[in-house]
Amino acid sequence: MSLDFRDETFRGDFTFSNSPEAVRRFPFPFDRDAYMYAVNIERHVPTGREGSVFEHAFDVDEHYVSEMRDRALVLAEDPLRCQSLPHMALAGWDLLELIMESKARDYPDLFSLTKDGDRWHWVNRPLNVDDRFTFLDEATLPCGPLEYITRQTQGDFTLQDQREDSLWLDAGIVTTQADWSLDFDLGMKFHEWHAPVPVAHQLGVFDRALKFLMSIQHGQPYRRLNWTLTVDPLLDTSPENYPKWGPSRASLTPETVGRRMHLRVELQSFWRLPRSNALAFPIRAYLCSFEDIVSVPKWGRRLHRVLRDIPEELATYKGFARNRGLLVDYLAAFDDGQPTSPGIWPDDP
Amino acid sequence: MEPILSRPRYGKLAPAKGRAHLAMADGEGAGALLDLVAQAPDRAGFLAALHVIYVPGPGGLDRGEEVSRLGAALCHRAPSLAATLPRLRKVLADAHMGTQVYLAGSEGLIGQALREAMEAGLPFSAVQTEQRGSLARRVQCVHCKGVTEEVVTDPFRCSHCGLHLFVRDHYSRRLAAFQGVNIDAEEPGQVPLPVVRFA
Amino acid sequence: MSGGTPIPVVVSEVTPLNDLVTRFRFRRRDGLPFPAFSGGAHTVVEMDDHGTRRRNPYSLMGDPADTAAYSISVRRDDAGRGGSLYLHRHVRPGSELVLSHPVNLFPLDLRARKHLFIAGGIGITPFLAMIHQCLRLGLRFELHYTARTRALGAYMDDLERQHGRNVRLYLDDQDQRLDLSGLLARQPLGTALYVCGPKPMIAWVLATARDMGWPEAALHSEEFLAPPTGAPFRASLARSGIGVTVGPHQSLLEAIEAAGLDPPYLCRGGACGQCETDVLACEGRILHNDHWLTDAQKASGTKIMPCVSRIEGPSITLDR
Repeated sequence: MSLDFRDETFRGDFTFSNSPEAVRRFPFPFDRDAYMYAVNIERHVPTGREGSVFEHAFDVDEHYVSEMRDRALVLAEDPLRCQSLPHMALAGWDLLELIMESKARDYPDLFSLTKDGDRWHWVNRPLNVDDRFTFLDEATLPCGPLEYITRQTQGDFTLQDQREDSLWLDAGIVTTQADWSLDFDLGMKFHEWHAPVPVAHQLGVFDRALKFLMSIQHGQPYRRLNWTLTVDPLLDTSPENYPKWGPSRASLTPETVGRRMHLRVELQSFWRLPRSNALAFPIRAYLCSFEDIVSVPKWGRRLHRVLRDIPEELATYKGFARNRGLLVDYLAAFDDGQPTSPGIWPDDP
Repeated sequence: MEPILSRPRYGKLAPAKGRAHLAMADGEGAGALLDLVAQAPDRAGFLAALHVIYVPGPGGLDRGEEVSRLGAALCHRAPSLAATLPRLRKVLADAHMGTQVYLAGSEGLIGQALREAMEAGLPFSAVQTEQRGSLARRVQCVHCKGVTEEVVTDPFRCSHCGLHLFVRDHYSRRLAAFQGVNIDAEEPGQVPLPVVRFA
Repeated sequence: MSGGTPIPVVVSEVTPLNDLVTRFRFRRRDGLPFPAFSGGAHTVVEMDDHGTRRRNPYSLMGDPADTAAYSISVRRDDAGRGGSLYLHRHVRPGSELVLSHPVNLFPLDLRARKHLFIAGGIGITPFLAMIHQCLRLGLRFELHYTARTRALGAYMDDLERQHGRNVRLYLDDQDQRLDLSGLLARQPLGTALYVCGPKPMIAWVLATARDMGWPEAALHSEEFLAPPTGAPFRASLARSGIGVTVGPHQSLLEAIEAAGLDPPYLCRGGACGQCETDVLACEGRILHNDHWLTDAQKASGTKIMPCVSRIEGPSITLDR
């Protein structure tokens, strides 16, 4: 697969857009015409569909270079978006090893890793990185291992310490989040940082999810999809910057919905880390405008039905209750009432 | 409605097994200290191993006299929490496993003292806490990161950056504060009248 | 779900350490490096003992950073079900076995200011790996290690020589007793305590610590419960439509596996909860031998941990 890295922005003039290939491989999250919470976890292994976002451990796509540029801007404005409690340094190294080994294996044209004992040599061609360092020696890297490797990897990451019958959010980098604050949630345990999510607690979703996550073992990662909606292809929809992007929610019109409203899907995976026994949690955001979504007929029909019927509490929690009418009206034009096939994939043309 | 899971829960102080006891309170928390000592099966023994630190509560309520008369082996009255933090840190740094910690009074005192105990290596689940008196909150503005002390209304103005913030029940032990979020972000200028909620 | 993808290995060294304990060293058959692991982790060793498949957990005792080989130390149990005997008697350099990926239910708490290790007998093994990790990360530790005799104190010489000041040894036959209260009284706030050894020793250490006001979150222990033997019984697996007979030396979990199913497990020792199974019916009394279910759950008779528990009676029906 050849990759042409796009030169685009996720703020200001918002020049982001998806190529037709990127639209086809977009991880549409709904496998049926309705949405409710589920612990919808599956093994993180290739599906066999060539080119899908699930084929590699850490997917690299045409937005890679531009996303990393946006991340660097976010970190420059707000260094608190990347934090690691002192005891999580070892987990940071585990993550660095995992990402470097995976990418060098899956994209040998783009990345290479050579080791001479604990002296490592890492090359990242798209970002023009060529670094030599000593594994486990932070003095030989320009910054901590977590920050170093995630400045070169798409998606947010949290590293969770496993102790006292729970998982603890003790490190992370969060620049593409759907409205939660790493600085505030750092140090919380599983049920605490999920506390604001409506409905799910009563359903026992988090009890089951925690039990499952705590039993994940090294060598067997898992994944799931989560979703929300964002006005404009803004990756940094942080609570910190809410006064800046909040007004955009109130500025949508029927003429601009298609172009400006984006379905934002998180491909989340779960990895047991070897030396620290911590759990790594990558949260990789994919954006697709409504007008691109509806170019896939099955997705247009299904998205309409999901948003039309979703409970109000969820619409409020996901931040689009205000615009629900507008969105549903726009999508209605693309729903002819035909049945949709089960599963998330587009129907073959 | 059930309080959200990230909101701290408080109990009632009761003497626990240990070789040393460290108790800290502000304002009406003095009452919890008195009740704590009254429950000790071996009052003299408990007092001989007790170190008390007391500061006035939000609004200045000071029951320090009663606390001094308890007869604890060590009793220190300080003018404010901020003034006494270095002492607290040193006491915790010198403490051994088997030290029991008790905190009572406002959420602000409890949260900040609890944070010091955690920094010193005590798990927060091992620290006893009892909320008494003022419900005024410490609130961190998620936008500028400044903490506003003794917040009683919702919404309120951040004392650092001036944004109007609504007060969430989402709480951080690490910051010892609740979260404040801009209330008029989506429609600037639309700010509801403040209501007293945390008196 | 069991411990990840299995790792085929070949035994590279078999070293008897004393009358009871032998060390086994393994290399991967595919020549690739082993995964690094965290101190306190164990591997489940799968053996084919003349037709009986055994799966026993053993602590990984080597340096967690050594990816060339994994090592375990096994105490021979003549009265046991046969796993340790099989290893001692039939496994030689060149023997082929299968290991699970490392699984850690007894990790270091990396936030602790000091790590206090208390080991009894073969319970020393997880601490050997933890000590490597402490040294590599610059963590403060102290080991207190008791054994019946010096001869039976595996690795005592090495530990004393390499870590002198941080190691204290106690020999029963010389009446050397660990002054536990004294030791616990002088630990600074932020000390994490770890104990591994015979069941009564673990109970004594934890009870003493709790009595002295140590918080639960600072106490860590690991005990590998061997599945007890007992009278045979029948188990019906309702979802699979299969019936199995559980032999006297076979655990319920092993019987289910022998029937071809692959139920989840992790520690195989009654501690981790992974194999928790719903009981649909039971003719007889469940003998709960685990540390996982609550008293209420045990009394209700609706759940069982098949890795270590049995029944007294003819049959049980499970939701498997």
